[in-house]
Amino acid sequence: MRLRTLGRHGREAIKSLGRNSWMSFASISAVTVALLLVGLFLTVMLNLNTIANQVENSVEVDVFIDRTAKPAQQDALKQQIEQLDHIKSIQYVPKEEGLKEFIKSMGDDADVFKSMQGKENPLPDKFVIKTTDPKQSITVAKQIEQFKYVDEVRYGKGYVEKLFHVVDIARNIGIVLILGLLFTSVFLIANTIKLTIVARRNEIEIMKLCGATNAFVRWPYFIEGFLLGLLGAVIPFLLIAVGYREIYQWFIGKNYQSYLFVKLIPSDTMTLYLGGSLILIGALIGIWGSMTSVRKFLKI
Amino acid sequence: MIILIEMQDVWKAYANGVMAVNGINVHIDKGEFVYIVGPSGSGKSTFIKMMYREEVPTRGKILIDGTDITKLKYREVPFLRRKIGVVFQDFKLLPKLTVYENVAFALEVIEESPRQIRRKVMEVLDLVKLKHKARFFPNELSGGEQQRIAIARSIVNNPPVVVADEPTGNLDPENAWSIMEIFERINNNGTTVVMATHNKEIVDRMVKRVIAIEGGMIVRDDKEGVYGYEA
Ligand SMILES: Nc1ncnc2c1ncn2[C@@H]1O[C@H](COP(=O)(O)OP(=O)(O)OP(=O)(O)O)[C@@H](O)[C@H]1O
Ligand SMILES: [Mg+2]
Repeated sequence: MRLRTLGRHGREAIKSLGRNSWMSFASISAVTVALLLVGLFLTVMLNLNTIANQVENSVEVDVFIDRTAKPAQQDALKQQIEQLDHIKSIQYVPKEEGLKEFIKSMGDDADVFKSMQGKENPLPDKFVIKTTDPKQSITVAKQIEQFKYVDEVRYGKGYVEKLFHVVDIARNIGIVLILGLLFTSVFLIANTIKLTIVARRNEIEIMKLCGATNAFVRWPYFIEGFLLGLLGAVIPFLLIAVGYREIYQWFIGKNYQSYLFVKLIPSDTMTLYLGGSLILIGALIGIWGSMTSVRKFLKI
Repeated sequence: MIILIEMQDVWKAYANGVMAVNGINVHIDKGEFVYIVGPSGSGKSTFIKMMYREEVPTRGKILIDGTDITKLKYREVPFLRRKIGVVFQDFKLLPKLTVYENVAFALEVIEESPRQIRRKVMEVLDLVKLKHKARFFPNELSGGEQQRIAIARSIVNNPPVVVADEPTGNLDPENAWSIMEIFERINNNGTTVVMATHNKEIVDRMVKRVIAIEGGMIVRDDKEGVYGYEA
């Protein structure tokens, strides 16, 4: 298509947006509400997901070995554990290393513990086990507790499962709600454009009798729908991107990253995700809405 | 003579079961001027509509310039329409566009270049003698003038055929004649004209080929015919 023609289609689209300003306003508002929810949902879900992943990766079963166990007995225990189902990896961490790790994780408060290095080390040796599926860690932990020379077993105690469960429920509710809203938006856009088309039925008829192709007739409506969707994406994008930046800054500022051992998605990345997905979804529902209403009128 | 339009055993039944056209065979040569006459409801409009594929025959072939237009794919129809100018009884001008814009519209929607559009529109407005009213809006023109604009629009792309369905039906005799004069001129320039009409005076005085249709069948086809019905 020539640029001149595209310009013509764009002008026609904008003209009819203005002509049906109330319906245009209604559809843009519907898209705005829908995308606001989509955006919030996306933000929450993406963050829950990264958090869940971080936690999942850190879900290990720590098996503290009885201090009385000799190296040969430790090896036997290791073999016993390796024979269990759902074991992905098993790593031996001697107490010296365990203490180093602990000191590192304490950051600024570490000095107190530095003196413990050497003979006074209060930690036992341990095995760090990763299961093939985080949901199996309880079962594995329970089994290992029965073995000889096992002092204590520590694991995620089900909070991972709970997190996944919450994520699942939130996802399902969100999807239903958002689908409903998206369909409403498509419907409203379709109706807005139908009004435009009905008002211009004669024009379309003449166009077609003069030999205009369907594509030519369709373009302005296509652009109109696209613009409605796009305009509907502006407010949700700005609101959520700015809001998220604030929350993220606050989260960093209060140093929650290191207290809670979880990281949120950086606000720049999130802004990109939001911009991309909201614009894409807005444009798609706009185009979808317009195409459903144009189709019927092209049969001349 | 070169055959431009040919109908072979064409039938048309509408969805509601009305048999509008019942086995028509006809040739129209390049450059001919043909009146289609017949009583109300005899199938004249249906005959015309099938030529630019507003209606598709239930059976038979319609060849235009050698192409069977009943077999056209949906996306090929626009290119048929560019070869056929259509004029209606009610003009079908766009009220919000000026005279100039109404005519230019026909070229814009087929993506003609702006320079060509300007040249062709002025040329055709000259032909219908309305150059001086290019900036007027349709409602500022008489019925006859509006129809002249509609004709200008139908021929601005220089199609080999112009079909018209009762183009003088809404006009007083004086305006009707001004329209006929234009059709005559277009025809003299080599364009084929097919016109359905109820206007006895015109058919009898501007003598051309007359095809009479009754009950969807051709009952008469005279090279230099007469209207043949009571006015
Ligand atoms: N779209 C349609 N659907 C169903 N029947 C139709 C349709 N168009 C026309 N008809 C019927 O087909 C027959 C022929 O109609 P057509 O319009 O071709 O007649 P006509 O000769 O043009 O009449 P007139 O002189 O009144 O314009 C009529 O019986 C009419 O009622
Ligand atoms: Mg008719």
